[in-house]
Amino acid sequence: MAPEKNPPERHQRPISPFMIGPYYKPQLSSILSIAHRASGVFLSVFGSSLLIYWLVSLSQGPAAYHEAMLWLASTPGMLLLSALCFAIYYHFFNGLRHLIWDTGKMMKIEQANRSAIFILSCSFIASALTIATVGGWL
Amino acid sequence: MKMRHPLAHARGLGSAKSGTSHWWGQRVTALLLIPLVIWMLYVIIVYAGQPFQVIQTFFGHTINSILAILLILSMLRHAQLGMQVVIEDYVHSQPLETILQLLVKLFAFAGAVTGVLAVIRLALQ
Repeated sequence: MAPEKNPPERHQRPISPFMIGPYYKPQLSSILSIAHRASGVFLSVFGSSLLIYWLVSLSQGPAAYHEAMLWLASTPGMLLLSALCFAIYYHFFNGLRHLIWDTGKMMKIEQANRSAIFILSCSFIASALTIATVGGWL
Repeated sequence: MKMRHPLAHARGLGSAKSGTSHWWGQRVTALLLIPLVIWMLYVIIVYAGQPFQVIQTFFGHTINSILAILLILSMLRHAQLGMQVVIEDYVHSQPLETILQLLVKLFAFAGAVTGVLAVIRLALQ
């Protein structure tokens, strides 16, 4: 039997409060953790769809590809691509941070805070460089 | 611990009967995605805005279509595993949760079929 998702009143027990909200001060660790999930959901929904859409348009020949590129080069298309660009760099670098934690390393609070600043800087710099390169400003 | 059968302990599957397979699958796909995402970003940065023929020639090379298919499959599996945990954690209505979990799996599967077919068609054009 799967555990009950909506237990009756008599089963309600106190639970520890959610990391985002009135109970805790905002911290780098909690903000980056929820941002990792948010960027993962964003990439799952929009990133994978857009990658498959791009490949399908290519597989349908030059006319369909040209039409897809026209849409992507429009202002909403470029905004979506820029957001995806930052999301993928952030999820990539923060994912590496999680994989390092999985080996049991870098888990002290000062180390976690320093790696947080480091991966945030990497994400901003990498997305700025990528957008500048693709946009032709570099 | 004494109430637990030694066989259950040896199998290590726990009460959910899936053991560490979800956790492990998320990490294995993450490791696979490190080189594949670097390759994808390289392709996007170098080939974005290039003429159709140039990109078609690129995917005409077998190694590039293989990498594209590996990227699609490991990306969608990683996405499905991640979405599954997010839905488990934040959707508290049992019927809605079941529907969402099935929809995520359906979209991941349909996306994989569509993406792989597109790469094959592009490679064979």
